[in-house]
Amino acid sequence: MGFDLRKIGPVAWFWIGAFAVSLVLAQYAKGWSKAMGAKWLMKVPRDLRIPMKKDVSVFMDWLVEGAHFGLFTFKDLTRGLSWLIEQPYLLVKSVLVTGWVEGLGDEAVQHLPPLTWIAVIAIVFAMGYYAKNWKLAALVGGCFAYLAIFGQWQSAMVTLASIAIAVPLGVTGGLLLGIAGYRWQWFNRLLQPILDLMQTVPIFAYLVPILFLFGFGPVSALVATVVYAMPPMVRITILALQGVSPEIREFGVMAGCTGRQMLWKVMVPSAARGLMVGVNQVIMLSLNMVIIASMIGAGGLGYDVLTSLRRLDIGGGLEAGVAIVVLAIALDRLSQAFADRAPPEHMELETRFIRRHPWMLTCVLIVLGTGIAGIFATPFQTYPSVMEITTGPFWEDLVKWINVTFFDQLEAAKTFMLVTFLVPVKRFLLGLPWPWVLVLVTIAGWQLGRFKLALLCFALTLFILVNGLWAKAMVTVYLCGVSVVIAGIIGIPIGILAAQNKQADRIVAAFIDTLQTLPSFVYLIPVVMLFRVGDFSAMIAVVLYALAPAVRYTAHGIRSIDPHLIEAGIVSGCTKRQLLWRIKLPLALPEIMLGINQTIMLALSMLVITALVGTRELGQEVYIALTKADTGRGIIAGVSVACIAIIADRLIAAGSLRAKRRLGLET
Amino acid sequence: MADPSIKLACRNVWKLFGENPASVLQCHGGKPSLSDIQDAGLIGAVRDANLDVRQGEIFVIMGLSGSGKSTLVRCLSRLIEPTGGEILFDGQDLLQASEQEMIEFRRHKMGMVFQHFALLPHLTVLQNVAFPLDVQGVSRTEREIRAREVIELVGLAGREGYFPRELSGGQQQRVGIARSLAVEPEVWFLDEPFSALDPLIRREMQDEFLRLQSMLQKTIVFITHDFDEAIRLADRIAIMKDGEIIQIASPEELVLNPATDYVAEFTQHIPRAKVLTARAVMRSLPSGEIPARASLAGEIAATDRIESVADKVEAAELPFAVVDTEGTAIGLLDSRIVVDVLIGRGR
Repeated sequence: MGFDLRKIGPVAWFWIGAFAVSLVLAQYAKGWSKAMGAKWLMKVPRDLRIPMKKDVSVFMDWLVEGAHFGLFTFKDLTRGLSWLIEQPYLLVKSVLVTGWVEGLGDEAVQHLPPLTWIAVIAIVFAMGYYAKNWKLAALVGGCFAYLAIFGQWQSAMVTLASIAIAVPLGVTGGLLLGIAGYRWQWFNRLLQPILDLMQTVPIFAYLVPILFLFGFGPVSALVATVVYAMPPMVRITILALQGVSPEIREFGVMAGCTGRQMLWKVMVPSAARGLMVGVNQVIMLSLNMVIIASMIGAGGLGYDVLTSLRRLDIGGGLEAGVAIVVLAIALDRLSQAFADRAPPEHMELETRFIRRHPWMLTCVLIVLGTGIAGIFATPFQTYPSVMEITTGPFWEDLVKWINVTFFDQLEAAKTFMLVTFLVPVKRFLLGLPWPWVLVLVTIAGWQLGRFKLALLCFALTLFILVNGLWAKAMVTVYLCGVSVVIAGIIGIPIGILAAQNKQADRIVAAFIDTLQTLPSFVYLIPVVMLFRVGDFSAMIAVVLYALAPAVRYTAHGIRSIDPHLIEAGIVSGCTKRQLLWRIKLPLALPEIMLGINQTIMLALSMLVITALVGTRELGQEVYIALTKADTGRGIIAGVSVACIAIIADRLIAAGSLRAKRRLGLET
Repeated sequence: MADPSIKLACRNVWKLFGENPASVLQCHGGKPSLSDIQDAGLIGAVRDANLDVRQGEIFVIMGLSGSGKSTLVRCLSRLIEPTGGEILFDGQDLLQASEQEMIEFRRHKMGMVFQHFALLPHLTVLQNVAFPLDVQGVSRTEREIRAREVIELVGLAGREGYFPRELSGGQQQRVGIARSLAVEPEVWFLDEPFSALDPLIRREMQDEFLRLQSMLQKTIVFITHDFDEAIRLADRIAIMKDGEIIQIASPEELVLNPATDYVAEFTQHIPRAKVLTARAVMRSLPSGEIPARASLAGEIAATDRIESVADKVEAAELPFAVVDTEGTAIGLLDSRIVVDVLIGRGR
């Protein structure tokens, strides 16, 4: 098969040409602009810049200091809110961690101890059994026992307390907003772009204004967590409610339901299964965020990781990191089991409460029993520290050993990637004059989505430009770009394999599930230990974090091809290879594009976290703003990342839709 | 004054889907033609529907998919707001009723059975059936007593504690039927209730339905796309096509006098013996003439279906007298006529 030049359409020719021009420009534009005295081509001139970050900062200051809503000030509002959130948090914290204490410091008198470690393990064990079976009970119980044995109990309980508050808040808030969005079209129209934006603004960017409004401490962390974890719940609620069959809705009307009865007796219970998926999402996102929020005072496991990372205490960091993973796995499996729980078989209509809830009773007994025993014998109350195992030194030694033994290989791999791939791409992107990029992005928008998309691309690119973040944005694009390419190169073949081979599918699914349950923070630990800080480490962490959607969507795309088409291919005498290249891949292309799109989104959100390991891009800008509590700077940098994300998202979504239409998969 | 035997009626009901349907309807004097509607970029789901449903009858609306039958029945219960017209329930226009009045109407006077059952997945059979009473605020004991009654009625006693997913399709629809009957509605809407069931179960459910109706004597609007089902169940049938009601008639009349070729297309393949009565095919006697008893094999009621008397008439050498309700002979039925009907030979 020769490559037929005539097959290339005019659009493709345009992009080949544009790429060639870009290559030349990247190489020489800097020199030319200097020679012509037109430096503005490479560096956005100061006159063009609009210092929005100052305005934002001024606005935030005014909000906190001056804003007044008649009866109360904005400050009163935030204070009231934080008081409201703090009360339940303190309650849960005292149940799980501190006990009921009066007084401060040495004078503190403990009235009631917190739940004993045995009681907590028994409760999660019972929940595991109730939700699914003995196996799950053993898994969750084991996970929590691990936390006790390996000395992570205190921190883990602090983290758990935050989650226990954040999740109900996130779920309730998301549910109510979702219901409102379902009920009122105008509200939905208002909500959608905000949700889009919230999903694309990096997590860190939330922290800055929240820190400013609520101050350093667990409340800020909780607010950030709820804000971060709520959008998926809103979306899932709307989808789940829309997914209720129209007949059920009609039945509700015909039964004479009032609006309220309709909602709470018909719609919400019918959508319950879908809603549980949302709850699981909220739990996982909360866990992810609680860890990150340790930077603004959440404490717990995230704080342990963070301090260890800063001290380069590899053992301690890894231990706390593993504890996060263990906690995440336990919570994820547990909530998923609750979501898929087959409701009971037909029930006997009249039974006694105790008979119906044997587990509840057992748990209450264990809580009381161990609580009383704990007063007399401490080991019942807190896991005895002599029996704790610490793996810190082991990890330390292991990493040291790897670093000593494989130093050359690791270094060689790193240098190779840097020299052949990372650095050239970075040079290329940074060498492009900004007007040229602006024009290309706008043209791409025009081609895929006509006027509206072109305008959007142009405006968002301009936003980055006028805020003077061009260079950092290009570094972001570069890091994100190389990571996505590598994630694609690894992920798509794995996805193809998983779609075609059941055994491989099981292994891959388990692997990907685990990757997805890990809070993004955790990826940094091993990477930094092996490759130290820098672009390469960041890239590996991003690839690991963003790999999942590339695999998932590819596998899903191939699996959901109409089996008749594949049969048609086999009957036409396709070999396996032809089947893959000529039928499966082209038909799965739109889905794969969506996977890549998701990969980009995840990569961008992870990039901001990698700022911790010293990349110089927009994430770092946000991070600096966070440490300096510079709201304007943080928000503008965050929104800039969102701009890049939105441009990529809209372009790819438009491309995918176009491909789908061409294939007749969607009209 | 409206005819008291008419329970539910609709007058010039229109339902147009698309942008600004009301003004399009106004603009063409309330009677836009098909091309007017298309020119405005609308879809005429129901066009100028007029029908009367009498107290206690089974009124079937038959049409293929897209004919507007489901939209029409939803207009009748105001699940869909008609673009124009009147829906008269005991002479009162439902379209003038307030939201609150509609809730009351639906709570006490209407029941509906859905194609895909529309059972609430989180409730047991008992709770599902009691649900309409629950939303009315009926006390728990009272509504459960009533629910158990109707569950018994549809033959599901003993399954009260089951969840819908534990039941077969036929059983689920029995729950749907029981639920719609729990409030003792005056008008009973059934929207393709048996279409999602297997053919054998469907037949069984049709029999069950006829049995219930013989006990309850509800006023029924029954939607179906299956002409056989319509013939089997209906007192009268309305045939719809492209949003329009083409003909309203009893099954027999439809077979004998199809209004259009479209209707004839359906009736052609119907076993006529099942539909036609002795009256429809008999050789009429001039009034006053009384046939000699010796020349007859026996008597047949005018309302008997040919199917039920065919064997006897065919076997006899002499014709049978067809008698009306007063016992007066009004015609003759011989084996030749019966054979004509059976093999579908025209007369």
